[in-house]
Amino acid sequence: MAATQENLLSVTGVNKRFGGLQALSDVGLEIQRGEIYGLIGPNGAGKTTFFNVITGLYAPDSGTFRLAGRAYSPSAVHKVAEAGIARTFQNIRLFPDMTAQENVMVGRHVRTKATALGAVLRTPATRGEEKAIRERSMELLEYVGVTKYANFQARTLAYGDQRRLEIARALATDPKLLALDEPAAGMNATEKIALRALLERICQDGITILLIEHDVKLVLGLCDRVTVLHYGKIIGAGAPADVQRNSEVIEAYLGGSHKTVTTKAAA
Amino acid sequence: MSLFFPHLRLRPNTARAATIASALALVALPFLVTPFGGDAWVRTLAFAALYVMLALGLNLVVGFAGLLDLGYIAFYAVGAYTYALLSSPHLTENFAALAAQFPHGLHGSIWIVMPLGAGIAAFFGVLLGAPVLKLRGDYLAIVTLGFGEIIRIFLNNLNSPLNFTNGPQGITLIDPVSVAGVSLARAHEVFGLRLSSVTMYYYLFLAMTLLSIVVCIRLQDSRLGRAFMAIREDDVAAKAMGINVRNVKLLAFALGATFGGVSGSLFAAFQGFVSPESFSLMESIIVLAMVVLGGIGHIPGVVLGAVLLSIFPEVLRTAAKYQQTIFGTILVDSEVLRMLLYGLAMVVIMLYRPKGLWPAPEHGISPAQLGSADVAGGVAIGGQVAAPR
Repeated sequence: MAATQENLLSVTGVNKRFGGLQALSDVGLEIQRGEIYGLIGPNGAGKTTFFNVITGLYAPDSGTFRLAGRAYSPSAVHKVAEAGIARTFQNIRLFPDMTAQENVMVGRHVRTKATALGAVLRTPATRGEEKAIRERSMELLEYVGVTKYANFQARTLAYGDQRRLEIARALATDPKLLALDEPAAGMNATEKIALRALLERICQDGITILLIEHDVKLVLGLCDRVTVLHYGKIIGAGAPADVQRNSEVIEAYLGGSHKTVTTKAAA
Repeated sequence: MSLFFPHLRLRPNTARAATIASALALVALPFLVTPFGGDAWVRTLAFAALYVMLALGLNLVVGFAGLLDLGYIAFYAVGAYTYALLSSPHLTENFAALAAQFPHGLHGSIWIVMPLGAGIAAFFGVLLGAPVLKLRGDYLAIVTLGFGEIIRIFLNNLNSPLNFTNGPQGITLIDPVSVAGVSLARAHEVFGLRLSSVTMYYYLFLAMTLLSIVVCIRLQDSRLGRAFMAIREDDVAAKAMGINVRNVKLLAFALGATFGGVSGSLFAAFQGFVSPESFSLMESIIVLAMVVLGGIGHIPGVVLGAVLLSIFPEVLRTAAKYQQTIFGTILVDSEVLRMLLYGLAMVVIMLYRPKGLWPAPEHGISPAQLGSADVAGGVAIGGQVAAPR
């Protein structure tokens, strides 16, 4: 499909400084429609900072941002969500005392428009919308596989299910791009396999994914393309197989003396 | 009924019967309490209804949206003074130009002035909300506390050089409410029953309270209600879900203030007199105590808290008299004893029911209790489910 080659997200020249620390210098990436894109790097590389800039949480010092061919300004988080980027958080941020279903229903907020007056008068339009929100939220709970906990408070769910619920909540905003900040963090092997299957399925269903991940194995197996950050700079980008052979990347992950180590091991 | 007791899962017939029974009880209440001290107890009931409205409004802000507001009584004051100024001779007596315009004095009908008062209170709500958008918890509480005091001090001092509020003397001769041409200031005979003025006010307040409860319940189960709660739970996540946190917070302040404005107008009409003294910090704290003691964020709990905390002190007032019959002499001044017992009751409630007397029920049970195999993760994926749009 030719249409899938169009860039969904295109970010260039992002700089971000925290006091004396240049957290990001001239970082950019281009994500194509329908792919799973990985953003990797060692601890403190600036992955989450870059992610927070794209999603509007941090104001960048410079940079241009285009989503689906339209420039967007990551100045307000809710506007980024409205433009079509939905995100999850590294340390799960659900609405803990609301039920799982209510969490997903909140995700529909940005695509619905009932007013306070409509809610108080229970107009037919509001009731119809409310019904649609309920149905859609149940669909999404089923999609990620936590239907049976629909009426449970989000904080009572198991860790892996909370991660899935957060993804369902993000999907409820009808995103063009689903941005996941370390979705596999703290998961065991079984949970990771299930997560991987879920992400592949979301991608097949036509949603582009941007993934920050620590687990290199997961990223290299799942992503179509990756960008590697190190000390706020891009040190490699491209297909996982190419990036894996990039000497700078290997050095960043394993340290300078890796060659001797591997040679010794080979010998 | 099922709105109040969803977990009882009453059958429709049972629920209807319970609703009718409670409605009858509420209607009959004034006649049941009159033998014990005349209109005084009916008056207490009417005030209880007013406090329920106030507590419900504050619950929108504190309970749903999680914004601690210690100056809530200011909106009550705004509503009360709006009605007091527009339905009393005060303004025409002090401003000749107005007197020329309205030779018979200002007599705004409550049905026009009350919505106006609610609107002005909502405006003040936004006025308070706008500068405190970035504040949370303690800091928010301090600023709102200051706001409440500023309003009271303004009302206290806006009597010179131009006399707007008549200062500490307050405004008198406020018009009573009339419903369909029937003034509630006088007693009326209905079907041979003598309805005192206070009783009719009680019915009016009761109706407004029930309306407020319906409004609150509907707001709670709506897109905006969920947005309020999302902000309370985690405002960063709420933003990431596309909620315009600034607007939704302002809306919460405005909606909460509306309830204050409405009950303030009713209060002014009921009393026929308002002065800044009625809107002290203590009142704000009492309304907050009603919300917290009842069960913050849970509408039935808030109603219970408001009813108990408005009636309990009056009950204690009579109870304090009995020490003379028991001890033969008055050991502690009855007013002091009343407040002592009131404080003691609050301490006991907070010790034994830290979440309030009637907190929101826990939803469902925890997955751990469900004891199913896939709880630990690895939930099967697949099956025929809808794709994301």
